[in-house]
Amino acid sequence: MIPTFVNIGERTNVTGSARFRKLVSNGDYTAALTVARDQVEAGAQVIDVNMDEGLLDSVHAMTTFLNLIAAEPDIARVPIMIDSSKWEVIEAGLKCVQGKAIVNSISMKEGEAKFLEQAVKCLRYGAAVVVMAFDEQGQADTRDRKVAICERAYRLLVDKIGFPPEDIIFDPNIFAIATGIEEHDNYGVDFIEATRAIKQQLPHARVSGGVSNVSFSFRGNEPVRRAMHSVFLYHAIAAGMDMGIVNAGDLPVYDDIDPALRLAVEDVILNRNQPGATERLVDIAPRYKGDKAVERVVDTRWRDGTVAERLSHALVHGITEFIDADTEAARLESTRPLDVIEGPLMDGMNRVGDLFGAGKMFLPQVVKSARVMKQAVAWLLPFMEAELAGKPRQMAGKVLMATVKGDVHDIGKNIVGVVLQCNNYEVIDLGVMVPADRILDEAQRLKVDVVGLSGLITPSLDEMVFVASEMQRRGFSIPLLIGGATTSRTHTAVKIEPSYQAGSTTYVLDASRAVGVVSGLLSPTEKDKVEAATREEYVRIREQFDRAQEAKVRTPLAAARANRIAPDWQAWQAPAPSFIGTKAFKAWDLGDLARYIDWTPFFSAWELVGRFPAILEDEVVGEAATSLYADALAMLKQIIDERWFEARGVVGLWPANADGDDIVVWTDETRTTERARLHTLRQQMQKGEGRGHAALADFVAPTGADYIGGFAVTAGHGEAAIAARFKAEGDDYNAILAAALADRLAEAFAEALHHKVRTELWGYAQTEQFDIDTLLSERYQGIRPAPGYPAQPDHTEKGTLFDLLAAEAATGIVLTESYAMSPASSVSGLYFAHPEAHYFGVGKIERDQVADYADRKGWDTATAERWLSPILNYERGR
Amino acid sequence: MSVSTDPRPARIAALKAAARERILVLDGSWGVMIQRRGLDEADFRGERFADHAMPLKGDNDLLCLTRPDIVTDLHDTYFRAGADIAETNTFNATSLSQSDYGLESAVVDINLAAAALARESADRWTAADPAKPRFVAGAIGPLSRTLSMSSDVNDPGARQVTYDAVYDAYREQARALHKGGVDLFLVETVFDTLNAKAAIKAILDLQDEGLEPLPIWISGTITDRSGRTLSGQTVEAFWNSIRHARPFAVGFNCALGADLMRPHVAELARLSDTLVAAYPNAGLPNAFGQYDEEPEQTAAHLDEWARSGLVNILGGCCGTTPEHIAAIARAVAGKTPRQPPVRPPAMRLSGLEAFEIA
Repeated sequence: MIPTFVNIGERTNVTGSARFRKLVSNGDYTAALTVARDQVEAGAQVIDVNMDEGLLDSVHAMTTFLNLIAAEPDIARVPIMIDSSKWEVIEAGLKCVQGKAIVNSISMKEGEAKFLEQAVKCLRYGAAVVVMAFDEQGQADTRDRKVAICERAYRLLVDKIGFPPEDIIFDPNIFAIATGIEEHDNYGVDFIEATRAIKQQLPHARVSGGVSNVSFSFRGNEPVRRAMHSVFLYHAIAAGMDMGIVNAGDLPVYDDIDPALRLAVEDVILNRNQPGATERLVDIAPRYKGDKAVERVVDTRWRDGTVAERLSHALVHGITEFIDADTEAARLESTRPLDVIEGPLMDGMNRVGDLFGAGKMFLPQVVKSARVMKQAVAWLLPFMEAELAGKPRQMAGKVLMATVKGDVHDIGKNIVGVVLQCNNYEVIDLGVMVPADRILDEAQRLKVDVVGLSGLITPSLDEMVFVASEMQRRGFSIPLLIGGATTSRTHTAVKIEPSYQAGSTTYVLDASRAVGVVSGLLSPTEKDKVEAATREEYVRIREQFDRAQEAKVRTPLAAARANRIAPDWQAWQAPAPSFIGTKAFKAWDLGDLARYIDWTPFFSAWELVGRFPAILEDEVVGEAATSLYADALAMLKQIIDERWFEARGVVGLWPANADGDDIVVWTDETRTTERARLHTLRQQMQKGEGRGHAALADFVAPTGADYIGGFAVTAGHGEAAIAARFKAEGDDYNAILAAALADRLAEAFAEALHHKVRTELWGYAQTEQFDIDTLLSERYQGIRPAPGYPAQPDHTEKGTLFDLLAAEAATGIVLTESYAMSPASSVSGLYFAHPEAHYFGVGKIERDQVADYADRKGWDTATAERWLSPILNYERGR
Repeated sequence: MSVSTDPRPARIAALKAAARERILVLDGSWGVMIQRRGLDEADFRGERFADHAMPLKGDNDLLCLTRPDIVTDLHDTYFRAGADIAETNTFNATSLSQSDYGLESAVVDINLAAAALARESADRWTAADPAKPRFVAGAIGPLSRTLSMSSDVNDPGARQVTYDAVYDAYREQARALHKGGVDLFLVETVFDTLNAKAAIKAILDLQDEGLEPLPIWISGTITDRSGRTLSGQTVEAFWNSIRHARPFAVGFNCALGADLMRPHVAELARLSDTLVAAYPNAGLPNAFGQYDEEPEQTAAHLDEWARSGLVNILGGCCGTTPEHIAAIARAVAGKTPRQPPVRPPAMRLSGLEAFEIA
């Protein structure tokens, strides 16, 4: 019963807290807010705000304080109890709260008409109400009068104005006992018994009360008061009291109260063993006065549990500190080491799986759990090997995963792998850049149950279609899973699934879905149902896709070109850069890069959604995000201090002019010899008036002195070795963390270098100030679009850029056959300086542009359609 | 002795009956449709405001008085596309919003005219096809001034407007819409729940003037993937905050496209014991601020919502066109509407988050 009792914070009450009264009287609302915040942090589920003080403008104080609370999300998350004996103060409070509040209080003390008028207002403002057991005759003191008044009020509210009974809270008045006046002795019992009757007779209504009144005669003896409150609540809650204005965090546990004191208090509260109960309590009270509040205990109590409980706790909380010792203890208690895995460790991991499934744990925490699990298994491994008869442990299924040929990104895939492992699947990870035949050979050899493919860049989509068609050809029938940043349900349904009809193909949105999908596909009873549902869904998506295709009218290329973006070349002219050609940077200071890091994408890589830094305070994922951030900062410091990675980059700046949709890069300022030709793609979507069809070539002047830049940077040198080291230690968490940080550093490097180019190397924006928010929101002049991204979706242009930069020699970045950059933590792109240059998406393009582009690139149409497949506005081959 | 000839109670009964039988369709966006007309300052001014001291172009609600032909035409266009419910062209028709144009004094006339125009069109379509009755929702927008958020970064307690001013503005608008003949109120695009609560109180208080209670539909706005309103409430907290209106329908509109809105609609469908309504944008705006989700794409999402039993009323917000509404109407035709769950009574409070006393 106790857990359902609602604690209402009482510290923001000027009548109950001298400190709060003083702060409000002095207008120190900042400190007053701290009082509210402390209460919420201490566990108050509702906070009571009371400004009834003779010398205070209570309406003004209530309004001011509630408006300030509204700006503090960590306070405003809980409901407010607007507490005043004056209606105008209550109404002022109701005008400030967007949530559903509780009004404390209204009563019949001024008659039924006034009572109902105020109740109707509460109803229309949208608040629950506390109704005091108070009528025209005064406050109810005996049990019977309390019950009679509450019943009368209930009938009026429910029957006459339709007040929802579940929104009514009765306060049957807690009065001081042990005052020495005999008439007061039964007040505790009156309240408790009235509570019992109200809860029985008035459906859905609640009972509350101001608990501290009961001990008023022991002012100055806090230990005794707290004991009285604890004992009083113990009995009142048992009788049905639902909530109370009480500092519950401060109360002793009923069972912990000194038995002699508890007995004396109980006699007074329950009016037993009279006469003399009050005297006995008064006699012994001074003995307890010196008690200090019990010190807060550091929470290591979990260490007192059984081995199984300790293992479970360590897994759920990701604590490796004691895992070897606990695992060893468990092993000594078991007949066989395998029993430890199949028993307590799997039980713990199942709990982790359940909590994750229920949204109570988040990815970084789960990955940490896996680390604990791996360490425990590693401890047991030698014992299992020694035990020759050890048969392999029973797994839920065998999943083979790979990032497809030409692609090097694997953070997401690794996370999925860890989550599957946590759920007792055996995961075989073939790594990155894995060709189709190797994936399928291994799948056959190891007799896996599921194949999962991952990819991040667009050419990987085609490779996945190829793997699927190879599975069909080679007679596979096991489920195929598709995931990764560029994949989508539509692409899976339209392109991949039709290629593999012998088995099922399923798109997996993120790691949290992976377990559900795999378990469905491997369940003997669910498999057919799940596969049929997916198949049906994909048929529908294909139909929708076809319909949508027909609907998408594109502008002919000629018309789009005529409507190009035409900057005023006279209004702004690019200055000559400080050099022509390339400049390489080796071992750029990682500490300098750290300040350019944009953290928001870091969290989304871990499937924690929200903007940094607000995400650290987020109610749902805040705790997980804060802990992850702390780990990331600690590792970042190590990365910098111990130079784990080497940041290398190269910048090129050249004279350039637009030629139609191409950009000609000249060897020198004479602008006579073509060094290279960059090709760009033009938007063909329908445009509103005054909006041009953009191509990147539009941002370079067709004639006269203009320039273009290019860059390639990496922070990935060293990352693979570090990740391998962690993985070898069974520490996927830190392996993924290192990769994610390398990614962030590469992006930060691109940002830092762009800044240097703008202000110095090209120097077209020398007066620009350094401000990280400005940088990350891209509010500076000029852009740095990358080939393969929306403004130029053709990855092959990266080849031209790398030639121009001699990037491989300068930075050690290698392009794969799909034009992915290896190491994965690399960024490249072009620099455009014109103030009107902006990011855009090319969108889908028509056959006319594909033919034109193929011509310009010296390709046949089929090659062009292959590289441009994600942006074709038509079906290839149709 | 006169016999009551007010047909509104019968229409409201028909609305409730229709909502039990099928998924109802609301009309789509007006902004784009008006923009496409290429109106100039003179169109907005008409004769009545020819000499008005401030520029009026962009005050779309004013067209109810100065270009009623366009307003009627748009209602007809959406009814033709298959909408069951039209919104009056009154999103900004409050004294607070019209003060930007110096037109506080025209607010009552705008709302009366808007209601009459929508009423005339709806009645004409109902007469032509009595099997598909059409309804008019009086649109009550969110205001540009907010009661829960500070207007001054240096003073978190500062507010640009008072509750009483917001309440008065809404009461004036609601009264005029009521008198103009709307069938229900639609308090929409709620990004600050306190503003909506002021609108709710203003509507409920009309009873004190002897005006019959009309159904209320409240449509909140989840502004981003965080799943919260701009004023910081979760879906459940929002629902707990407005449940006292005993709304005919509750739901979400604007800010998100259907794909991102779905989890929040699903959450509401689980929590709400009344009808659930949703009218998302046509996807998210592209880099140019335009919406390019095609009608069939939007309809495909909403079709799935309907099949999953999440909704009772569907429509479109920013970027949707009559083609979107037609596609939505086609997609949901014949689909079973959601059956609102019965929830056990409990005290359900809220701050930014919900708190239920079990």
